[in-house]
Amino acid sequence: MNPETFSGDAVIDAVSAVFLVVGALMSLAAAVGLLRFPDLMTRMHAATKPQVLGLFLLLVALGLQMRTWWVWPVLVLAWIFQLLTVPVSAHMVGRAGYRTKHLHPELLSADELEAVVQQAAGKSGFTDDDGDAVTGGR
Amino acid sequence: MMQLVLTVTAVVLSLAAGGAIIRIARGPSLLDRVLAADVLLAILGAALCIDMAVNRHLNNLMLLVAVSLIGFVGSVTVARFVADRREQPRES
Repeated sequence: MNPETFSGDAVIDAVSAVFLVVGALMSLAAAVGLLRFPDLMTRMHAATKPQVLGLFLLLVALGLQMRTWWVWPVLVLAWIFQLLTVPVSAHMVGRAGYRTKHLHPELLSADELEAVVQQAAGKSGFTDDDGDAVTGGR
Repeated sequence: MMQLVLTVTAVVLSLAAGGAIIRIARGPSLLDRVLAADVLLAILGAALCIDMAVNRHLNNLMLLVAVSLIGFVGSVTVARFVADRREQPRES
């Protein structure tokens, strides 16, 4: 890339190429995390990388490649949609995982939910077969 | 340069999809498999994005949004009805 051909176009291409490669590496990081982490909660931590940051980087690269302004609102819409849905599904999975004991309690540094569960169990005096408090709908 | 990027990202995404599929096959519990399937769907979305960026078209954008919606509905539904059927609850 000598100075005569150095143009804004090449810079945009280079930036979007870097974003594409880093965004793809996020997926690889999630796969490595899925394979190596010990329990569901830590795997959930790894799984959010391609869903939020990876998608962000790839959408920015796409917007840079298209070289038009009108695609940006559509891309922002796609990313915000992902931002709205990912935490809800992660919350549901994490809640179900805590209830069905998909975690290693010795790996947790703090378990703030346990006191709430104990309190709810004592208040209702009504537990399911695991000894968990049964509160209304999951 | 875009062809090089396409090759590199294809290799990286293939490795990532392989890892997610291994976790789906091995995963000790249902929730691990749901999570790995979600990651596999995110990898598919990444592949759609890279295809659009390298070939400079926007045909897959609505498919990308639909894929994220399907992942949301799928994992919420499974998490709602999950039950613990493992032999040893601590094996994950």
